[in-house]
Amino acid sequence: MANPVISGAVDITDVVCPVTFVKVKVALEELEDGQVLSVRLNDGEPVQNIPRSLKEEGQRILKLTDNGDQTYTLLVRKAGD
Amino acid sequence: MAFTNDQLERYSRHILLQEVGVKGQKKLQDAKVLIIGAGGLGSPCSLYLAAAGVGTIGIADADEVDLSNLQRQIVHTTPDLGKAKVLSAKETMQAVNPDVRVNPYRTFVAANNILDLIADYDFVIDATDNFPAKFLINDACVLAAKPFSHAGIIRFQGQLMTYVPGQDAPCYRCVFQDPPPPDAVPTCRQAGIIGAMAGVIGSLQALEAVKYITGAGQLLTGHLLTYDALKMAFRKIKIPRRKTCAVCGEHPSILRPFDYEQACCDLKPPEGRP
Repeated sequence: MANPVISGAVDITDVVCPVTFVKVKVALEELEDGQVLSVRLNDGEPVQNIPRSLKEEGQRILKLTDNGDQTYTLLVRKAGD
Repeated sequence: MAFTNDQLERYSRHILLQEVGVKGQKKLQDAKVLIIGAGGLGSPCSLYLAAAGVGTIGIADADEVDLSNLQRQIVHTTPDLGKAKVLSAKETMQAVNPDVRVNPYRTFVAANNILDLIADYDFVIDATDNFPAKFLINDACVLAAKPFSHAGIIRFQGQLMTYVPGQDAPCYRCVFQDPPPPDAVPTCRQAGIIGAMAGVIGSLQALEAVKYITGAGQLLTGHLLTYDALKMAFRKIKIPRRKTCAVCGEHPSILRPFDYEQACCDLKPPEGRP
């Protein structure tokens, strides 16, 4: 699969729950439906919870990559309301 | 327009809700709500709306804070005794949330000022304690096509309903038609009121305002909710619109707001009205 075009990026490694997910929601808000957001997040609680919370809201998780420095990069496609 | 990091943190528990989210929080920030009455119902309502980040809150009341108010009017504190209620409420709201703009109106709401007062607001809260004011607010909101939340409390009982213009749902006058005759219903000064009742029902009014602004869920239109605290029982009663209603019916006889000749315990219909 070709890499998707990334339309926005947010780094949530400097904040803790629940501001992590809040910042992801704010970043998604700025995209159009169907665009892709790249999220840099920490290992542990964020990587366990953020993808699940996004799925619960109907967003589509495309890819989760281990960056090898205890952070991950998550690609999520924005769904319509 | 963008929220600061502090605002994101302050409103995080709202933004996390799918029914509110970033969009809903922005709607709250842009919204204007008028609370008529800074007493028992207005206290929790004003606090929750300020905490929620409603951008502009108007509050109207002519009274000063009295010692007998403090048992239930939690927006006022002991050091506020003697202070205008609208100023006391403004200070507390802005202490809770400095983002909020508060417009205090130190006045009795009457037929000659109500349309001007409600004109700038998106939603009106009837947090008054007497029938003339409740009918006045209803009539003005129906005539000006403003959504509003009605509530009333006495002793261990409370009731609530929401009116939104343009719906096939009743206004307050559809349900109650006219104020009760003099002394048929005691005022809370005579009858007493359990303090937390104001908290329950005033908080429900704040919830209705937040739901109206954000579009979340279903409003309490077409229904009257009653609460009996002694039995710990809520009842949601479906109520139809009344086609013969004097203000929202098919042939309305009330074409502008009017004052019932005051004294909540001495009610007479005004001249020129059947």
